[in-house]
Amino acid sequence: MTVDGTDYTDDVEPRTLLVHHLREALGLTGTNVGCDTSNCGACTVHVDGQSVKSCTMLAIQADGREVLTIQGLADTWDGEGSLHPLQQAFHEAHALQCGYCTPGMIMASLDLLAENPDPSDDEVRHGLEGNLCRCTGYQNIVKAVRAAAVQIRQGSTKSQEVPA
Amino acid sequence: MIPASFDYVAPTSVDEVVSTLAEHGDDAKVLAGGHSLLPLMKLRFAVPAMVVDIGRVEELRGVRDAGDHLAIGAGTTHHEIVHDPLVRQHCGLLAEATSMVGDAQVRHRGTIGGATAHGDSAGDLPAVVSALEGTFVAQGPGGRREIAAADFFQGYLETALAADEVLVEVRIPKHDGWGFAYEKFNRVAQAWAIVGVAALVRRENGSVAEARIGLTNMGAVPVRATASEEALAGADRTEDAIRAACQHAADGTSPPADLSAQPDYRQHLARVLSARAVARATG
Repeated sequence: MTVDGTDYTDDVEPRTLLVHHLREALGLTGTNVGCDTSNCGACTVHVDGQSVKSCTMLAIQADGREVLTIQGLADTWDGEGSLHPLQQAFHEAHALQCGYCTPGMIMASLDLLAENPDPSDDEVRHGLEGNLCRCTGYQNIVKAVRAAAVQIRQGSTKSQEVPA
Repeated sequence: MIPASFDYVAPTSVDEVVSTLAEHGDDAKVLAGGHSLLPLMKLRFAVPAMVVDIGRVEELRGVRDAGDHLAIGAGTTHHEIVHDPLVRQHCGLLAEATSMVGDAQVRHRGTIGGATAHGDSAGDLPAVVSALEGTFVAQGPGGRREIAAADFFQGYLETALAADEVLVEVRIPKHDGWGFAYEKFNRVAQAWAIVGVAALVRRENGSVAEARIGLTNMGAVPVRATASEEALAGADRTEDAIRAACQHAADGTSPPADLSAQPDYRQHLARVLSARAVARATG
């Protein structure tokens, strides 16, 4: 499989979950294991461009697929080392407290914005229903996603004011 | 949580799937999107010796216009169904209800075949396919056979599928012109429905000509609210008439008790949600 632009060839035991393969075999620990029951979304990555919960997918099911984790996200933007607008916006809007849900929140938001480039507050909340923040910091997460949406639409990483 | 060890095959044709199932019998489980089976395997409630991954069987994917019905490949994902123009045009109830299954990530992986073959009446789609009077197509060593939705769901996590059969297609009759609504009641986002109600209404000359109501999580199998359906046939499209008919929505049901709700509360929900769903479908 390809992970964050790098090809990997490994033998895996069929029961190995994708999230464990990413973290333990490939050392990509940016993707977190949260609830481990496909509820919380902390382990969200993209497989062939769609968000999935990597605790509920076998690594072997990703054979031949293209996986994108939080660690490869910035490189998909301008290739010059800038953060992706979602990462930048989560930073600027302080869209995290403990930060554990953040990798999954950002990867789920990426999918949300691909489908709906200009979501309302309600649409962001609804679109991220598969991701839980146990610090309950949803307010700033919604602000960050909407700010990132503006930047992505403009194709720029330039800092934007967070919508009220 | 890590599943117990198993052998794994990923065939690329239905014929190969069927021959693998014939060889391994009860020891084999079919894996589609994995959002019912993998959680059970992680909890070791399911410990199959052989997992047959049908995720690479291309012939199981996609929606086809088959005249009076849509033929939906069992491996078609929820996400694909929600966005499919044929489904939206001819089977709006299925598109609406499927958009409420799980969450975005779950809908990217989960499939209509997996969600129905799992046979969990707390899932949204069994009641929806029942209301739509769909047909399931299974393939086994003896070829294909059709199973009406009413005969498909046989008990909690039990369907009419034999151990050597795989669900290949779900046929949904076109419901052009029918009003529809799916009302899902749950405590938190993305949770299972405490109760769900799928309503379909065909209108004629200002009144309800025919109504169908499918109930989610009101028994071991998806249930049709037949008493309400009968009361609605020919009824006026008024709030009072709908509410009166839906007072019978829970008649004859034996809903489960769990942490979320007791049976009498579920029956109350079934009546209230049926009235809401029918009112919206009658709209």
